[in-house]
Amino acid sequence: MKILIDEERCIGAGQCVMAAPDVFDQREEDGVVVLLEPDPAPAQEAGARRAAALCPAAAVLLREH
Amino acid sequence: MGRRVVVVGSGTAGLATADALRSEGWEGDVVLVGAEPHEPYDRPPLSKQLLAGRWTTDRIVLRTRAALAADGVELLSGRRAIGVDTTDRTLHLDEGDDLRYDALVVATGLDARRLPFGHDLAGVHVLRTLDDALGLRAESSTARRVVVIGAGFLGCEVAATVRQAGAQVAIVDPLDLPLRNVLGPRLGTLVAEVHAGHGVDLHLGRGLASYLSDRGRVTGVVLDDGSELPADLVVVAIGATPAVQWLRGSAVPLAGPLPQDGAGGVRCDAAGRAVEAVWAVGDVAAWWSPQEGRHVRLEHRLTANQHAQVVARAITGGQPRALALVPYFWSEQYDLHLQSYGTPAGTDEVHVVEGSLARRRFLAVYLRGGRVSAVVGAGLPKALRAWVPAVAEHRLAEHRLAEQALAPDGEADGAPLRA
Ligand SMILES: Cc1cc2nc3c(=O)[nH]c(=O)nc-3n(C[C@H](O)[C@H](O)[C@H](O)COP(=O)(O)OP(=O)(O)OC[C@H]3O[C@@H](n4cnc5c(N)ncnc54)[C@H](O)[C@@H]3O)c2cc1C
Ligand code: SF4
Repeated sequence: MKILIDEERCIGAGQCVMAAPDVFDQREEDGVVVLLEPDPAPAQEAGARRAAALCPAAAVLLREH
Repeated sequence: MGRRVVVVGSGTAGLATADALRSEGWEGDVVLVGAEPHEPYDRPPLSKQLLAGRWTTDRIVLRTRAALAADGVELLSGRRAIGVDTTDRTLHLDEGDDLRYDALVVATGLDARRLPFGHDLAGVHVLRTLDDALGLRAESSTARRVVVIGAGFLGCEVAATVRQAGAQVAIVDPLDLPLRNVLGPRLGTLVAEVHAGHGVDLHLGRGLASYLSDRGRVTGVVLDDGSELPADLVVVAIGATPAVQWLRGSAVPLAGPLPQDGAGGVRCDAAGRAVEAVWAVGDVAAWWSPQEGRHVRLEHRLTANQHAQVVARAITGGQPRALALVPYFWSEQYDLHLQSYGTPAGTDEVHVVEGSLARRRFLAVYLRGGRVSAVVGAGLPKALRAWVPAVAEHRLAEHRLAEQALAPDGEADGAPLRA
């Protein structure tokens, strides 16, 4: 799995961080998502999927291979 | 196999449900019926990036028809559901055909509320759909004087966007402050000051009495105190009502119109089920809230995604997921980016516990009956997120809200409280 983020869409909701804290973080000043793990380990994939499904700005995209 | 989920409404909640069904391993058919002619698109940018002209339509489309087909989701766009028979599990469509379902998901969202007069005039708009937004943008880019009726989130965002494009803007609302019912007087005052600071005229405590027009085109508004405001464009942003007309007379239960009853939505249990084999998600859905002891209908973008997760799992027969459904919304007005977790109400007690309203960088805790109902903030996204567990549990975890830490003037003192 590969994770892509669209920073321009992100509104800093933090749902991704709550779903997968080891994959996503937020910038301190504006809350925009920081991708810690563009290539998540298998154990992190469920959290990444939950983040993509919940993000209210459709800013987390997944490429499954 | 051969089993079919029909989702009515191809907005964000409908799309999220189709996605979640596939992630939960649903192998049967998924049919997405949508009254709009478009591919599923995102609504929040309609009053922001799209109206401002910064984004084009393709930027807000969430999924193409081809991508849906690749996931085995059939999109019937431009088709409207007109009724449902829950006994033989059949959905009736507008062109006379029927669709059998094994599970039905109602995701029909809201219709913009209109005034009983004036919507036949050119230059008078509402904003709910992409077509509304494109029609509004076509006129707002050249409008010189814009009047926005309604100082809720939508009205405030539209005012900010068209003001930044250079138009003269007035906001009219019968309440004395913008957003008062949701955010209360202190944050309402802040929002009023932000708009006034950008040169927007606020006509608060005033209602619209009538329009002035010339040859079928609006030229101004008359307020209930008799004053007149010139306008070449009017946006009526007075709320929206659940799109449930097509369910009347069916066995699908509808909530009463009052907010405490579920605000006219589809009445569901705490997992989104309305009746046997029928669920509802998103803006149209009034889910039972065990915490609040009533049906709650929310109009937030995140709620659509949260509902979809829960309902898709129920339909596929998975273990119910213990999702902490903490509501969340945001609003962008100029450089003020408000975020809220929980269910703030205008009558809640508000304590600014970090930053300051004056600096427009703050974290405000909302208390209702001594319990945390919400946190609302601007410019402190991570600090705000740290409060989510406290909001989920309606309590101040380790910290008591010490009165001396809360200055009444909207300034937090030196020792920030933590959740
Ligand atoms: C301009 C605007 C700005 C917003 N900004 C924010 C924001 O900043 N933050 C935030 O949290 N939320 C915001 N929201 C709210 C958010 O967009 C909604 O909560 C979300 O779109 C709800 O999704 P939904 O799928 O439930 O409803 P919708 O997106 O409204 O989708 C419902 C769909 O069902 C279709 N439909 C209706 N009746 C039928 C029928 N009988 N048959 C077939 N189809 C039917 C409709 O045509 C529509 O396409 C905003 C909303 C608007 C309009
Ligand atoms: S959930 Fe989406 S909008 Fe929120 S911080 Fe993550 S990427 Fe940004």
